Amino acid sequence: MKNYDAIVIGAGHNGLTNAAFLAKAGLDVLVLEKNDYIGGATVSRELHQGWKYSNCSYVCSLFRPEIYQALDLGRHGLEVVPIQGGATFMENGDYYGNYHQPAVRRREIARHSKRDADAAIRFDADLMKWCRLIRGFLLRTPPDPTSFKWRDAMEFASLLKAFYELSESQIYEFIRFFTMSIAEYLQEYFESDVILAHFSGGSIIGTGLGVYSPGTAYVLLHHAMGDVDGNVGSWGFARGGMGSVSKAIASSFKALGGEIRAGAEVKEIKVSGRKATGVILASGEEINAKIIVSNLDAKRTFLNIMNKKDLPAEVVRRAENFKIRGSSGKLNIALDGMPDFTALEKGSPLTLGHMHFSDSLERLERAYDDWKDNKWSQDPYVDLIIPTQFDPTMSPAGKHMMSVFVQYCPYDVEGGWTDQKRNAFGDTVINQIANHSPNFKDLIRHIEVRTPREIEAEVGLTEGNIFQGELTLDQLMFNRPFPGYAQYRGPVKNMYMCSSSTHPGGGVMGAPGANSAREILRDLGKENTTPEDFGDD
Amino acid sequence: MEKHDFNQVLQLSPFHERIDTLGLMKNWTSWNGYQTARIFDTLAAEYFTIRSSCSVMDMTPMEKYRITGPDAVTFLNRLVTRDISKLKPGRVTYVVWCNDDGRVLDDGTIFHLGEDGYRLCSQHHQLDWLMISSLGMDVSIEHETHDIAALSVQGPTAYSVLAAAGFTKLDTLKPFGILNTQLNGFDVMISRTGFTGDLGYEVWVDPRHALDLWDAIFEVKQRGLYDVRPIGLDALEMVRIEAGFIMPGDDFNTAETTIRAGRDRSPFELGLDWVVSFDKPYFTGRRALLKEKTEPIKRRLVKLLVEGNKSPTDSFLYDGKNGQRIGAIKSNVWSPILKSNLTMADIEFIKGELPKEIWAEIYYQKELEWKSTWAKCSVSDLPFWSHPRRSQTPPDQF
Ligand SMILES: Cc1cc2nc3c(=O)[nH]c(=O)nc-3n(C[C@H](O)[C@H](O)[C@H](O)COP(=O)(O)OP(=O)(O)OC[C@H]3O[C@@H](n4cnc5c(N)ncnc54)[C@H](O)[C@@H]3O)c2cc1C
Repeated sequence: MKNYDAIVIGAGHNGLTNAAFLAKAGLDVLVLEKNDYIGGATVSRELHQGWKYSNCSYVCSLFRPEIYQALDLGRHGLEVVPIQGGATFMENGDYYGNYHQPAVRRREIARHSKRDADAAIRFDADLMKWCRLIRGFLLRTPPDPTSFKWRDAMEFASLLKAFYELSESQIYEFIRFFTMSIAEYLQEYFESDVILAHFSGGSIIGTGLGVYSPGTAYVLLHHAMGDVDGNVGSWGFARGGMGSVSKAIASSFKALGGEIRAGAEVKEIKVSGRKATGVILASGEEINAKIIVSNLDAKRTFLNIMNKKDLPAEVVRRAENFKIRGSSGKLNIALDGMPDFTALEKGSPLTLGHMHFSDSLERLERAYDDWKDNKWSQDPYVDLIIPTQFDPTMSPAGKHMMSVFVQYCPYDVEGGWTDQKRNAFGDTVINQIANHSPNFKDLIRHIEVRTPREIEAEVGLTEGNIFQGELTLDQLMFNRPFPGYAQYRGPVKNMYMCSSSTHPGGGVMGAPGANSAREILRDLGKENTTPEDFGDD
Repeated sequence: MEKHDFNQVLQLSPFHERIDTLGLMKNWTSWNGYQTARIFDTLAAEYFTIRSSCSVMDMTPMEKYRITGPDAVTFLNRLVTRDISKLKPGRVTYVVWCNDDGRVLDDGTIFHLGEDGYRLCSQHHQLDWLMISSLGMDVSIEHETHDIAALSVQGPTAYSVLAAAGFTKLDTLKPFGILNTQLNGFDVMISRTGFTGDLGYEVWVDPRHALDLWDAIFEVKQRGLYDVRPIGLDALEMVRIEAGFIMPGDDFNTAETTIRAGRDRSPFELGLDWVVSFDKPYFTGRRALLKEKTEPIKRRLVKLLVEGNKSPTDSFLYDGKNGQRIGAIKSNVWSPILKSNLTMADIEFIKGELPKEIWAEIYYQKELEWKSTWAKCSVSDLPFWSHPRRSQTPPDQF
């Protein structure tokens, strides 16, 4: 039987990225995927004839342009179109319009608060400062902190000091930023309720935290540190849906000689003599390779497909304690036409972007309260987008596809999830949208409703956590997934991690996959095929 | 005789009324003396309209000449370097033409309009040279730029949009083909041509019907069927570099306007060997080009990819970091689809060979402080970007 140089378990976008860089270095690489389709949470599927959904992730910004270029993804069919517009609709019938033209946006903020329009300048610049710092770390392996004396925040700070020569006061600012809630942080800039609500949305997406929980300010950064063609903080839409990202990486990987097997679930990583030697599939088939890389989240990797006997007790304990609470749901909707929004005039450019219905921090916090009580939010925060307004490939002409990301939705709902409860969750969201769009319900042709239960079952994201592990300081940088294991190497020899459970974390970024490939190639003494950061300076 | 209104500096295109409404940025420039939009709304969106859906650009200002008469084909075949004697009615071809020294005057396209003769499109004003070249021939040359309105409709859904606008029979139109048809009772000519490297058409009408044509196309968007957006010159500049099309006057100095020795270029120096046909007995510049062909090439305009993300606008090129200077970047774009710096660069060859290494020295600025860096470059023989849909017939129906 054939022996591979490397097996990557999971055809998520990070597994594929990892595999592509290994193949680029001349390795014979096999990717094994449990589903019949590839992509993991970066996937587009046609569940209703003529309509394609971005079933999980739906917008793109974090994906590293260096990887895009190095794997030639443009020629492999990837196209990321910048998103314009967006709005937060208000209960009183008004809205905040996030116009794409800066001059118009400024006037729009001023309509809600003159002072906020100017504060936005200070806010943007401050946020960009932190973005610049963090961006420099994305395509790097986190340094081993054991040489530093302080823990956690202070360790991170010393790294920043080392890399960016920050002043003392900037470091304190940064630590504050890392440990603050988004509500407190934004209130240092803005006064208008709707502006506060609009800008805080990105801070709770995917988290088990509320707008008043410490640590949410960092999550905002996680959503602002990406870019589309150099516009830091901008988001884009992958033409054809997010599946186009994984399709393009897979196509590049295959062009480099790689092999993908779908419908091939790995049951166990074989270990002998403290070395990984291969995998056993659910079918019983065994395949050997010199290197085994896991694209699964840290919990699944160590608790599901590795034998506890093969692992240090500390790793098992850390995996058990790994914070990975699911808090998000998703509706993908096939529409017979373009819905009207009561507050907007026809032809408004605002429908081209992200739309939300939460107009105050208080409503956002109440949505979180429900989740803590093991309920889905009765008045959820949604991130709604209708990409078919400019993407002709996801629905028939004149028809539309709506993607609705929903925060919060618990993994352990009261009494456990049933299909009925899932549909009731869907109805809560639909009713919220219908409050602002009278013809919306009549246009619905098909809906895919996903709670953390479905996300876990299909993608294998434990508890449905979208980031493969929460983005809190204790699980970031050299603490991701666990202290001592942040350099992509597993606890047994020849075994590596490349998933979003590793630095720099969740999102469609490709960085974990590339960083991990760099470490593997270094251990093998092979040429580094992964790209260097373009640099912001 | 009619006098000029000297307060009206730029001429208005027959589509002006619509362009003025949709041109939110009022970002105008002059293209052949016409008031032309550089950007309608946002550049990135206009770029992606071309690559993802359907873009519309007013190309009325493009210089157009009608060539008729018994000697029309003889005249054109002597004018341009390519052999166009076999160009069939209803077909279009890309051409360049030179002066007697074999230096390029301009490039453009020739349309064989059947009984109506030929149309020559060019970047620059060519009537004088055309008249000089026609001495002794039975041919008529008319400047028809202002008499024909034209829209370039480009992008993956261009076919679907035009079909929805009421144009039939486009499905069988092949690249570089011409279709004569009608819309709501007026004549329209459609050619499957463009400057984008993508699926696309150019639609030609009498200026009196310009607005009807515009409205018919944009009505497709109003009906909610497809996204259709106008684009300006800046977006076109991006895609034409991706597609590897050269721009006379930007990428090289045209022979007619060259004052200093050595600043003009031959077709070979522009990488246009494939449009020079020595098989035909005579064309202007033939002798000089034949001679040049026997010597090692001195320099060439190349498609050059520059690593990293710093913009290499006007950068000098060297044969190594801090090495000998060997050339310069003429035009460049950050390609959103390839996430790369793509450029057109003029490079000196060493003994007829491309330098082994090419490095760009890039000056760039962050928060008003200038820095410099070195970026490795590589030459691309093929267009940086091309898509099978450009030539697929029939095109995909969305
Ligand atoms: C609902 C939702 C919305 C999101 N929205 C966005 C967004 O808009 N933008 C953004 O940037 N990010 C978003 N994210 C986050 C982002 O999608 C993920 O962080 C990212 O896709 C994870 O990629 P990955 O390659 O690390 O892992 P995954 O995509 O989780 O890939 C793991 C792969 O392993 C496979 N697998 C699991 N077990 C086995 C096994 N035993 N054997 C073989 N294969 C196995 C899985 O099927 C899967 O294909 C979203 C996530 C979700 C769930």
